[in-house]
Amino acid sequence: MKFIDHTKVLQKMKPRLAANLVFKFVFMAATAFALLVLGILLYRVITQGIGYLDWQFLQGLPSRNPEQAGVKTALIGTIWLMGVVTPVTLLLGVGTAIYLEEYAKKNKFTSFIQVNISNLAGVPSIVFGLLGLTVFVRALSLGTSVLAAGLTMSLLVLPIIIVSAQEAIRAVPKELREASYGMGATKWQTILRVVMPAAIPGILTGGILALSRAIGETAPLVVLGLPLFLAFLPKSVFDMFTVLPMQIYNWTGRPQEEFHAVAAAGIMVLLTMLIIMNSIAVFIRNKFTRRY
Amino acid sequence: MNTTIVKPENLAAVNGMGNQDAKGIVYRTKELNLWYGDNHALKNINLDINENEVTAIIGPSGCGKSTYIKTLNRMIELVPDVKTSGEIEYRGRNIFQKGYGVEELRTKVGMVFQKPNPFPKSIYENVAYGPKIHGIKDKKILNQIVEKSLKGAAIWDEVKDRLHENAYGLSGGQQQRLCIARCLAIEPDVILMDEPTSALDPISTLKVEELVQELKKEYSIIIVTHNMQQAARISDKTAFFLNGEVIEYTETDKIFSNPTDKRTEDYITGRFG
Repeated sequence: MKFIDHTKVLQKMKPRLAANLVFKFVFMAATAFALLVLGILLYRVITQGIGYLDWQFLQGLPSRNPEQAGVKTALIGTIWLMGVVTPVTLLLGVGTAIYLEEYAKKNKFTSFIQVNISNLAGVPSIVFGLLGLTVFVRALSLGTSVLAAGLTMSLLVLPIIIVSAQEAIRAVPKELREASYGMGATKWQTILRVVMPAAIPGILTGGILALSRAIGETAPLVVLGLPLFLAFLPKSVFDMFTVLPMQIYNWTGRPQEEFHAVAAAGIMVLLTMLIIMNSIAVFIRNKFTRRY
Repeated sequence: MNTTIVKPENLAAVNGMGNQDAKGIVYRTKELNLWYGDNHALKNINLDINENEVTAIIGPSGCGKSTYIKTLNRMIELVPDVKTSGEIEYRGRNIFQKGYGVEELRTKVGMVFQKPNPFPKSIYENVAYGPKIHGIKDKKILNQIVEKSLKGAAIWDEVKDRLHENAYGLSGGQQQRLCIARCLAIEPDVILMDEPTSALDPISTLKVEELVQELKKEYSIIIVTHNMQQAARISDKTAFFLNGEVIEYTETDKIFSNPTDKRTEDYITGRFG
């Protein structure tokens, strides 16, 4: 006795194929919507700002006159910020990830830490601003310096870099660790010579993505009280400074229409930086990630 | 090259366990018990393993044979929640004894794993890895070790022209012989092999088996295998494990021709397992 009636199956084939086609278009539309929004955003920004984006804009100091206003202080300030955030997050983040993955015993305490790291990644950035204001700006009297802002931003992106570094370390096959331990290598030798070389592309990718988050964030820096208008460059990490998002925030708040166009030009500079950094991350991931 | 390995005959004399007719003993297991959490995986194991012989460990899946071999170089400790009791003496010293460095043990007891696991490095770097972690930096010495080890693993002729190419470009069987070469590079005393041919094709398997015959002149070899013909072909003594216990342990010829225990007979005649 047969359970499948093939003539009936054929009769029902049409609606099945129709549904198949409909869902293909539903999902395509979802993707198209995201692309459309991105397109409109870029179009607005570029048409508004392109007139102001020139060498003078990159070289100029802030000014009352929209024609002369430039992003130099903000651009240099953003680079200073990256200079603090990169070493702090890499050292603390990768160190934590190595400890949790390779050394820590898997028990309730470490899983508690793990859950909290993931939770920290979801804490609104303004809360980190308040923390930075209390601890770095006031208690350690660092003021609105590069160091205070850099440390605050480091705290903000640490969870991201820890989680991505952990994933990269976990992806190293355990057979490779066994091979190393099996020859009498110590844990540190195994980490240094086997685990890290295999995990570094993943760690770098996560690091760059975390860094691009750090240079794009504004809210914590508003809370820290970074100046909106600054006509000199920082000389050390203890100096006052400002960053691109702060500068853009300032310009969009001005009543003159021209400054909104200047802000658009600033956004183009920031977006270009972010796109370059993300492209580097993608490049590293595709080029160096090993497949086992 | 300096080896810290004590010559077997001296050691046998030192420990007074040398016997005129019998060979020296490398491993002496006494009342070994092992638990994974609540799972009692090894039960009262007592086994003496001779030097310069091939000792095969056979038994059905889950009988504890892999667990046992991983206990011999304490690799089992990488598994969380493992408890042991009893003793394993390696060359007269209990390896569970406090202060026995696990790194020191593994320099003398090399291991070849079930799946070929070369590092994602060049063939040369794979073999040089062990000597390097033990502090040998001299390029000339490293070159000699690499050549000697690759020759020892019968793979030198196949790779001598591409030592600096990535090891992942080798076939599975070549990778496994590379892993054996990598193990020889630390000049071990004992080589543990955990089903070394289970991922290989018959021709590669044959090459590894021939290699084992060659290696036993210089090394003591303990091999876990699923393949009873393999145990019969290459080993001097065979231990049959079942449900975490040693059912029978004797000369390979005897165990395959005339087993004393009914369960051994059932297993090797293919009635179960």
